[in-house]
Formats: sequence, structure tokens, C-alpha cells
Amino acid sequence: MSNTASRQSHRLSGGLVDRNAPLDFTFNGSHYQGFEGDTVASALVANGVKLVGRSFKYHRPRGILTAGSEEPNALLTIGRGAYAEPNTRATVAELYNGLAASSQNHRGPLGFDFMAVNDFFSPFLSAGFYYKTFMWPRAFWEKVYEPLIRKSAGLGALSGEPDPSTYDKGFLHCDVLVIGAGPAGLMAAKTAALSGARVILADEDFRLGGRLNSETYEIDGMPGSEWAQSIVQELSEMDNVRVMPRTTVYGSYDHGIYGALERARDHLSDQGDKPRQILWRIYSKRAILCAGAIERPIAFGDNDRPGIMMAGAVRSYVNRWGAAPGKRVAIFTSNDDGWRTAADLSAKGIEVAAVIDPRTGNAPYQIPNTQIFMGDAVAGTYGRKGITQIALASGREIPVDCLAVSGGWSPNLQLTCHQRGRPAWREDIAAFVPDQGIPVGMSVAGAANGELSLKSALTEGLNKANAALKDLGMKTAPQAAPKSDDEKIAATPFFYVKESKARAWVDQQNDVTVKDVKLAHQEGFRSVEHLKRYTTLGMATDQGKTANVVGLAIMANARGQSIPETGTTIFRPPYTPVPIGALAGRARGKDFRPYRLTPSHSWAEEQGATFVEVGMWMRAQYFPKPGDKSWRDTVNREVETTRNSVGICDVTTLGKIDIQGRDAAEFLNRVYINGFAKLAVGKTRYGMMLREDGIAMDDGTTARLGETHYVMTTTTANAGPVFRHLEFCRQCLWPDLDVHLISTTDGWAQFAVAGPNSRKLLQKVVDTDTDLSNEGFPFMACSEITVCGGTPGRLFRISFSGELAYEIAVPARYGDALIRALIKAGEEFGVTPYGTEALGVMRIEKGHAAGAELPGTTTAQNLGMGGMISKKKDCIGNTLSERPDLNRDDGLRLVGFRPVDRSQHLKAGWHFLSKGSPCDMAHDEGWMTSVAFSPSLDHSIGLGFITRGSDRMGEIVRAVSPATNVDIEVEIVSPHFIDPEGERLRV
Amino acid sequence: MHYSVFKIISEGLKGNTGWKPQWRDPEPRKEYDVVIVGAGGHGLATAYYLAKEFGIRNVAVLEKGWLGSGNIGRNTTIIRSNYLLPGNEPFYEFSMKLWEGLEQDFNYNAMVSQRGIINLYHNDGQQAAYLRRANAMRMAGADSVMLDRDELQKLCPFLDYDNARFPIKGGIMQPRGGTVRHDAVAWGYARGADERGVDIVQNCEVTGFQIKNGVCTGVETSRGPIKAKKVAVCVAGSSSRVMEKAGIRLPIESHVLQAFVSEGLKPTIPGVVTFGAGHFYVSQSDKGGLVFGGDLDGYNTYAQRGGLPVVEDVCEGGMAIMPMIGRARLLRSWGGIMDMSMDGSPFIDHTPVDGLYFNGGWCYGGFKATPASGYCYAHLIAKDEPHEVAAAYRLDRFRRGAMIDEKGMGAQPNLH
Amino acid sequence: MIIDHPLLGPRDSAEFVYLGDACLIERPDWQDENALDAFHDYLYLRDNPAGEHRELWFHEQGDRSWLVVTRNTLTHEITKVELARDVARALGRSK
Repeated sequence: MSNTASRQSHRLSGGLVDRNAPLDFTFNGSHYQGFEGDTVASALVANGVKLVGRSFKYHRPRGILTAGSEEPNALLTIGRGAYAEPNTRATVAELYNGLAASSQNHRGPLGFDFMAVNDFFSPFLSAGFYYKTFMWPRAFWEKVYEPLIRKSAGLGALSGEPDPSTYDKGFLHCDVLVIGAGPAGLMAAKTAALSGARVILADEDFRLGGRLNSETYEIDGMPGSEWAQSIVQELSEMDNVRVMPRTTVYGSYDHGIYGALERARDHLSDQGDKPRQILWRIYSKRAILCAGAIERPIAFGDNDRPGIMMAGAVRSYVNRWGAAPGKRVAIFTSNDDGWRTAADLSAKGIEVAAVIDPRTGNAPYQIPNTQIFMGDAVAGTYGRKGITQIALASGREIPVDCLAVSGGWSPNLQLTCHQRGRPAWREDIAAFVPDQGIPVGMSVAGAANGELSLKSALTEGLNKANAALKDLGMKTAPQAAPKSDDEKIAATPFFYVKESKARAWVDQQNDVTVKDVKLAHQEGFRSVEHLKRYTTLGMATDQGKTANVVGLAIMANARGQSIPETGTTIFRPPYTPVPIGALAGRARGKDFRPYRLTPSHSWAEEQGATFVEVGMWMRAQYFPKPGDKSWRDTVNREVETTRNSVGICDVTTLGKIDIQGRDAAEFLNRVYINGFAKLAVGKTRYGMMLREDGIAMDDGTTARLGETHYVMTTTTANAGPVFRHLEFCRQCLWPDLDVHLISTTDGWAQFAVAGPNSRKLLQKVVDTDTDLSNEGFPFMACSEITVCGGTPGRLFRISFSGELAYEIAVPARYGDALIRALIKAGEEFGVTPYGTEALGVMRIEKGHAAGAELPGTTTAQNLGMGGMISKKKDCIGNTLSERPDLNRDDGLRLVGFRPVDRSQHLKAGWHFLSKGSPCDMAHDEGWMTSVAFSPSLDHSIGLGFITRGSDRMGEIVRAVSPATNVDIEVEIVSPHFIDPEGERLRV
Repeated sequence: MHYSVFKIISEGLKGNTGWKPQWRDPEPRKEYDVVIVGAGGHGLATAYYLAKEFGIRNVAVLEKGWLGSGNIGRNTTIIRSNYLLPGNEPFYEFSMKLWEGLEQDFNYNAMVSQRGIINLYHNDGQQAAYLRRANAMRMAGADSVMLDRDELQKLCPFLDYDNARFPIKGGIMQPRGGTVRHDAVAWGYARGADERGVDIVQNCEVTGFQIKNGVCTGVETSRGPIKAKKVAVCVAGSSSRVMEKAGIRLPIESHVLQAFVSEGLKPTIPGVVTFGAGHFYVSQSDKGGLVFGGDLDGYNTYAQRGGLPVVEDVCEGGMAIMPMIGRARLLRSWGGIMDMSMDGSPFIDHTPVDGLYFNGGWCYGGFKATPASGYCYAHLIAKDEPHEVAAAYRLDRFRRGAMIDEKGMGAQPNLH
Repeated sequence: MIIDHPLLGPRDSAEFVYLGDACLIERPDWQDENALDAFHDYLYLRDNPAGEHRELWFHEQGDRSWLVVTRNTLTHEITKVELARDVARALGRSK
């Protein structure tokens, strides 16, 4: 592509850009050139581009207002394709070669936005107009009005493609965190660093120094920016200091924790595959906020035209970037500081057409060749796409191509408000300063604390650092602040020009005008929060950094009160917007949450198993074989083989808790509803556990391996909560019981070996000193064993499938070997591995409750286990399980269901109705919890809860699913579909 | 003053000088028939329906701060009636029906927008639970649709179906679910109540109750005592604090729930989408911001702010199902204090003190409940018997064992 | 938040699981005459103060200690952290 970069028409000499490193970029498809060290905004200024965007509501042409992160107007989409990042503030976006930027929120070209028609209807679109209309006819809001509004809503657009970048997260610890590297921050960091404290110095800019880079101050006889570089250099070389440019501390959280975003590679043309941004969590003992101040605009007629810029920003562009925002500039300032802009422009040879100051008296600075208007104000402007002329309150009109405005400086105190801190008003600087409720451990120095002059900022940085060091019990360094200018800062509160005829903007991004604020007052929205919410003042992407105080001042005036009487606005995190991708970090896609794999996972993969997520675990769902026509075929085969011969299932995921101690039996007795005191060594028992509110919590088996040694199993899902609960009982309720718990879920690989041939199979694997005969190792027996010639293991004769079955466990590292040994040993019996599907089918055939039957609302009674609750002993949940509504005669009971027409397939989630009842909530009798196709019975079966179920065996009821148009007849049957007497288990 | 498009035009032509305050700023009188404590959404709705439906107009609503300063202005603006249990679903469906006629009813555009709400499912167990719920909703007269993956993909092409750690298998949708402009609900009710004679007294904190022999006869306030035949408390996150002044302990804990909004973006997300394997739900406002939230921070608190772990957890959930939002920026976060009850369901009931009523325990479901809560509370206050759809919301239900526990988490408020 | 674990020193609160009011240690006697009421009040009517709150945290991703943390619910300031077992014993709980 040919490079037709245009000449940098507004580039001046000097500045902190590298003229040997030209960078090409595009804006709305046109090619431009800037230099390394430029922001997109400064490069646009250098190229004389004024119109950069459109406002939210009226689509007014807008230019660059500021030179910092408070920018309300210059929001661009930067990057291409999936890399496009909407709403990026041009004022902080670092220029790189090949950068592509485009303007947002217009239909048609930026210069001729079709939606600007809104501006002409503005009398009807005042604050809150939409609350008063669009109500008739009723259906029209959603069908007509809202779609239209939504279509024009928003600023930039998402690409719609997955974010291709990676993001990292990290943790940092320090004694002193210094936020902001302007004069106060550099002084504070240096002071803390010299004392040996661990220091982090973070600044959102890529060049540290803050306003020193934008002003013409001298410190210790050198230009301020050079002094800043020398301090940064010094700090960078110290081991106890971490200097973090491009790092925004965006939030202050409890106990000295700060959130920070480092834009590590946004400024590079090629980020490689390295993380684009890093989200840091900084743990600090003390923090010093040195975030400087933000210059306030003044509201006057048509104060939003491109070319109208904050006075301090004009100095930044001229001094730091050598870019002239205009060639004939007027300055409108209510304070001494704004006059510096006139002086600096003059020194750069830019024509200063006029300085207008609403204060009366003498000019604080002498500016040659300039008209000075004291006691006057700018009341209006001209020039649709760029300012061409200003009109003063006195009536005079002056042609200009740039107007620099200063209404004074507001301390940048956002972070002091993140924990509900409330600033206080300081009349002498006409601004809010940090006051009550500053986060514990934070102090504020420099302009952020209302110390607006350079000398006071340097001194306060030093003093606050020393105070923090003292607090921490560290030695303080007796050093003096460097010699510096002490400039004039006198200011007078001045917020809007009453003589303005045209609309005067308060919040430029959200198009809130002085009239809107007055209308809010007129309609009774007089508290600050009402004002914000009714007019949307301060709700835009800049959180009203430039707008809030002006809005508040106008409301105060309307109420006839002072600003502090009217209120204050506080700020919420984040200080500047943070990409959602950065907050998510690497937890995306498959890495959203960790995986847990069972010991037989590799083996199962080799067998071509299909896996399913069960909580964090990946479990084999079924093991397809060539010739299986469908997954159901596979599952049927696994069930049939298990019921007819033998099958093996990895059950490692069940929670295992090792319980030891002299009082272990008593402990179990108190956490299970049924008795455990008399369980013999070498025996296993099923146990049901309640929550204290009497609702079923979990069930499982507990084996007594020794006099004082038990192993409890829990369901997979509840392994964590049950363990936590048991620790609560042990530590908080019965602290002197001699009982100790450890979770061994990951420590043991465990396999169910089920089916009539399971004994024969195990006899080939379990070492022969264990007698596996029915007499030697009866149903519910357990023992510590050895397998495969001496490997330690455990064996339990328990059955979830209803067949003769065992669970065999070995230390997890032998799990892979054991599954291979078991399968090999089973070859002669035609053994099948089975997955969670077959497991589910067999447990439903046997009527065993699982997760769907234990949703946290069912009682032991509901489950048909009410009789298990021992009344002779205390146990968790026992007392509250006796409450009347949990023991109603018409309570739910778990029963089995089968379709009257056996060819029909049942589905979990259907509801039950008595025959002839209407299908409504009042007649709802229960629901189907689990279903399966039973290959043993050759039809669909289900478990479910239904009112008085156990008394209704054989009754035909309706199973309905109005959401999926189902209404069929089912019969209530015993939940034990297979071998109801349990004979197979005991052979 | 009646609002209409004609009024907007005539005012626009007159420079918008004729608009009147939307409510008065009255001095509190010495005595009222009913004093409502708390001018949040529920309190204002209660006053509105007391005046409009039950003819009780000698009513004051007392508010410590500014009206609408509580959770009515600190939520994610979602309305839905996709509950499971008979104690809840008819109530929320009643609320949904009130939402559907609300704007014409109170002549204020609250931007009720029924763009649909979808809850994703990721496994068979969830699918079954949602089918059970979809059927319960239908049986209570609400709407519900089960969507399989293909149907879902047509509605939400931007979701990450396969690459997600928990692949998306389908969803349950309530097409009538959606969003409402939250502040406007408070303002609309306030204006409607004020028009009917209700005094809304802002900056008036209730500091105590006048209780004699088990009967409540009024309140003490920062602006003096006020007598009342009936006192109705409706203060959400402050419930325990306020009721303690009447000597009543509640089955409620106060927790913070954070919510988030992104910078304004061109519309991409049609309705509300809720992740089923992590804590994340999202909708897009009429201004273009993604409005999203997740789980409670999880500890008792009255500070309206949360911590970083939850912010990150929520964004992880978002990126897990919608990786296109990585370059959208989180603009603002806020925290609301939730009155989390012991079973996750609310209370609208008398208290043991005669003449003192309580409405609370809304957990984070309070916004969508606003109209029905106000209506049923007004019904209870006016008739001294519960409205039929709110009959289960009794304070003694734990004593009886009649919990309304949608999630099955038991007496653990931070898990509901 | 940071919880100063009595055995392990300062730990991020994200390592812990929260339960609630430390009164949950004081489980009533099941054989009391009014056991049902006592258990109702114990389980459902917990302290919910705006101010100092004693509450149970479990160090799930740590040493599995249950702690009683005294924390201000308005400011989140933590003034005391104890092992729940010690608190339980001090309350007279034993076996």
C-alpha cells in the first residue's frame, strides 16, 4: 500500500517525541504520520485533525477536550477485525506503527452524520423526556420505539469475534504503593525507597512525570521532565522498587488491596503471543495517592465545538508533544493557572488572540501582543465542525481556531471514594478534596490532596512518605524537597456563563446541558443522585470526571445553596474502565475451571470412552464399541454385561473421608441419622446425613477398618461440603471428641466391580490370603487387603448396581495399573467397563437415590427413610426434622413409575397429576426426578416424588409436561425395579 | 400533570418551562393512617397501591435518604417469573402481569422491555431441573420454552457452544422476561402516589417505634414523632437494623451483591442470558451498556461495596460463554445490600407487634417483585389478611418447616 | 480482605469459606423441653448487626481450621481472629 501520510501541519519544534521514529497510522481510513512518544490524540492534533467523534444523544461534532484519561469526547475504535477495541480514549492510546483508528457513533461519514438530526429536535429531547412518552399504544414501546432507540444506542461496536488476545494476572506485595508519578509521587517514592521500604510506583502514563512533562517548570535547575526522568532512572536501579508505567491503579479494596491494570503490550504493533495486559492485585501496607488533578471546564453557549480544549491540555500538546491545537488561540480562564497557557503558547510563537478572565482586577501574567479581557466571559461560539469564532458576554466577537478553557483544577480523588469516602469542599481552590472515609492505610499528597502548586506537591510527597514510613516503624530519611518554582494558583469559583444564549454543555459525552440540570431541579430531582440519574450526568465512560462539579454547582445555584450543602458525588471502581478480558485473565474457554481426571482416565481414553463433566471431574460416560448403533446401544450392552457377567466402573470421584480417633464411632453416630455405634470392625454401613434443618444432605457408606479407623464415602458433588460440615461439627460443636478427619478422595483410586462374576474376577487380582467366599467376605464386609502380589488396597463388598459387587481401592498411583489388571483378569468373563450412564441406569433400576433425589429440599421421610432416624440419640438435623410441615400425611414419597404404554419414553422434569385433575399448580402432585431405559425390563422407567406415593402403588396417574406438550399415563410402582428382595447382592 | 407526546411537544415549544415537580416535598404531619418506612421501590409501590386500589390515602412514606436510594436503583433491572415452587411462582407471575400494564397504569414510561430471559444448561441434570421448572411455570400460567442447542444458537449466535469448559447444551427461556428502567419505577410510583395524596418525606430517618402493650402506634423520626394506625416497614438491606428497634429478630442476613456495567456498545445481546455453570448473567441496556452480575461476595456486610475476587469471578463467567466481550470494558461497579433470608424467599407479613407489618427478605429478587410486593403488602395492610399469591411469605414458616427453598441450600443465606 | 490466621498469619479471604454468625457454635441440647424452639432460634434467628460481628470462616484452601473472626460489617475492619475450637471450649463445649 502506498503511504500517503500527510504533512504534520500542526507539529511544532521541541517536545518529548522522537522525531527519528516516525509512525504511520490511519484515522477513518486516511493516512497520517506521528512520532514515537505520541498518543493518538497528540498525533491527530499534530495533523490538524479537530473533528474526531459524535456525541451520544444529539450526535454533535466533537473534538479532543483533554490530554488525559478523563477524556469524554475523543473515543475511537482502535485496531482491526477481532482486535478492534471500541471506546478507546485517543488521549491515552499510545501511537504505534500501523495503528488503525476510526470514529464512532455516526451514520454516514463523520463529517455528515445522518443522526445529527436529533440535534434539531433537542427541545423535545430534554432530560428525562423518554419517561413521559412512548407509552401509547402499549405494544409500540417494544415493537417500534425501543428497537429504534436501541439501534442508535451505544458508542463503539464489539467485533463480535472472540477476543484473540491473552491476559495475565499477578499478585504483588509492597510496603508502600505510590499511585501516580508526578512531582508528589516521584518525591514520595524516592523518599520511601531510600529508607529501604519495598516500593511500587505505578502510573497510567507511558512516560512518568505527570504534569512535569507538560509544563515548563524547573526543578533543581533542570527542566521538570528531565528531573522526573532522573528520579525514575534512580528508582529503576533500586532492588526494592518496582516502577510500573502504563499501569492504572483502578480500584481500592479492603485491607490495603489495590487492583491495577498494566497495559503491557497495547503500544506495540506486534504483541506476539505474549499477554496484552496484566491484571495485578497489589497488597500494600501503605498507599500514597498522588494522582494529580483534573482541570474543569466552564459551561457556556456551544462550549462543545471541536477546537475547544482544556487549557492544561493545550499546554500538554504544545509542550510535551510539540503539537499545536490551533494557530490562533483564545484562552478563557477563571484562575491564574490558565494564564500559563497563554504564556507557553506565546513562547512557542503561537498567536494568542485573547485572554478572557471573569475575575476583575489585574492580569496575573503579562502576555505580549494579546487582548486581555478581565471581568468578561465567553458566552458563545461559532463553527459547526470546528470553532471559528468566539463571542464574549460583552458582545465582542473574536475569530479563533482554538479556545483553551480553564475553570480551575479538581483533585483527582476517585480512589479515596472507593470505600465510601466523602470529599469535602475547599472554597479557596473551589474544589472537593479528600476528607472522611479515605481507605485505611491510604494518604493523599500533592494536587490530589488540593496542594496545587509544584513546590507544595513536592513537599507533601516527601512528608506523606515519611509519615507512612514512621507508621510502619521504618526509618525516615531526613531530606529536603528539591528547589522548584512556586507558581500562582489563585482561583475563583466560576462554573457557567449566565449570559450564554445557546445550549451550554455540562457533560459532553452524555449531552447533558445546563438547561437539563435546571429542568431536573424544576421537576423535583434535586438530590445529587436524582440529578445524576434523571439527566445521566456523570454516567458516561468518563464517570463525569470533568462534568460533575460543574453540574453540582448549577444545581446548588438553582437550590439557592452552597455546593457543599447540595452534596457531593462519589466515585465507584474502576477509576478508568477495565477490559472484561483482563479481569477474566486466563480463565477462558477450556481453562475456565480446572479439570480433575480419575486415575483410569488415560486408559479410558485409550478405550475410546466418551467423557462427561461431573462438577470438576471428567468421568467416562460410556465406552462405545464397533458395532454399537447408538449411545443407548452401548449403555444397554454395558448394563446387560454387568448384570449377566461382570462390569467395572471408576468410582474414584466419590468423596472419601478418613476418620480416626477414639471417639470416631460416637462422632459418626451424631452426624448420621442412623446408628453407627455398633458397627463391627470389618463391616460397612449405609448412612444418611441431614443438614441441621432436617433436610437430607448426603448419603453414602462408611466402613470400619479398625477399632478407631473409619472410611466414609460421600457423593461426588458433596465431597467438599460434607467434609467442611464434618470439620464444623468436630471443631465447633464437639471440640473435645477425639476424632480426626482427612479427605482422601484424591489419594485412592477406587473401582466398582459388579456382576455375578465379580468374585471370580477379583479372586484373580486380590492376593489369595483374603478369603472372598460369601462366608469369608459377606455382603457389607470390608477389609484392608493386598492385590497383585503385595500392593496395599482396600476392599468393600457394597453394591450400587444391585448385583454381587465390590469396590476395590488402591493408592491413586496404582490406579492405572489396577484398571488394566482388572480388565485383563476379566477377559475370560467378557468383562465390560461401564460409565456414568450405565451406572445411572442400574441405580435407577434399583431405586437408589442420587443427586436428583437429593436436591436439598427432600427429607428422609420423602426418600422413604424416615424410619432410619434413630430417636434414641442426638444427631445433626434430628430435632428440626420433626417440624410439622416436614411430616405431613400428604407428603411426597419417592416411588417408581412406568409408562402404561410401555413403548413410551419417560423424561425427568415431568410433573404428576391425578387423573381428571386440571393441569395447574394447585393440582400438581410431584415430579419425575430420574429416568432410564431399562434393558433388563425392556422399557422406560422412572423415579419421582409424588404425594402419598407409597400408599398409591398400582395407581395410574398422568405425567405431564406442558412446556413440551406431553400428557401420558404412568403407573406408580415400587422404586425397586430389579431384584426387590436384594437376593443378588448376597450370593 | 398528565404526560403525553403532545405535552412534550407543547413544552418543547415553550422552552420546557411548564414542567411541574414530579412529587411534592411535604413536611411530615403529626399523624397518618399508614406510615410506610422506606421509600424504595417496594415502599413507594405499597403507597401507590394503598391509595389507588385500597382507597387509603392518608399515608406517609418516610425515607432516610432520597427516594429510590436503595436497591431499586442498584440492580440489574431484570424482570422474570421463572420460579419453581408453588410458594413463589404465582406471586412472581402476578408481578409480571402488573409490569405488563404498569406504564399505562401510572402514566410513566419505565421502559418495560420483554426481550426474553434465557438460562443456559450444560448437562442432563440441569436440563431435567429446568424442564421441571418450565412445567411449573406453565402450570402457574406463565410462559416458558425449552430450547435445544440449535434453537438457542439461532437466538444467541455469539455464545461459545463447544469450546467452553462446560459446553452449552440448551436453555430454558421465558419470552416475557426482560428488563425495566429501574429508577423510573421508583419515580413512576412516587409520582403516582404523590398525585393521590401520599406524603413522601425524604431525609426523614425512623429512629424508633412507639410500642405500648404490644401495639405499635407510631414512629420516632429525625423530624419528630409521627403517629400512625399502622406502620409498615419495607427497608430491604436495613431490615434487621430497623426491626431491631421494635425488638424483633429476623431470619435475615445482610449481604452485598455487586453489579457491573460496561461502556456503551452497539447492541449485540438481545435479552438476558444466564450462565448455568458459573456466576454470570448479562443484558444490554437501551444505552448500550452491558449490565451484568454474578454471585454475592458471601459475608455479612452493610458496606455498599465488594471485593476483587467476585469481580474477577463474574468476568471469568462472562468470558467462558461470550469470549467476544473481552475487549469491552467494565465501566462501573456498585454494591447493593441484600436482605438475604434463610430460605431465599421473602416475607410479607404481620409481626408479633399489633399494627406493625414487615416486608423484606427479598434477597436479590426484589426488583422484579416490586409491583406485586407493593400490591400484596397494600392488601395485607388494608385488609389484614394476606393476598392469595403471597400467602406463603410468613415469618413463622421456619417454625413450621414450610421453607420455600428454590435452590435447596438450606439455612445458609449466602448460598441462595 | 485479609484474615490474620492465628496459626498461619495473614491470608487472603478468598482462601476461606464463610458460614456466618459464630452463635452457630452454641448448638442447643436436643433433650431440652423447648428443643424445637431453641433449634429454630439457633438456626434461623442469627445476629445481623451493622457493626462488630463475630462470624465463622473455614480455611478450606488452607489448614481447614474453623476460625471465629470479629469483623465490622460497616468498615470490614477485622479486630480479632480466634480458632473456633478455642472459642467453643471457652463456651463450655466439650464432647
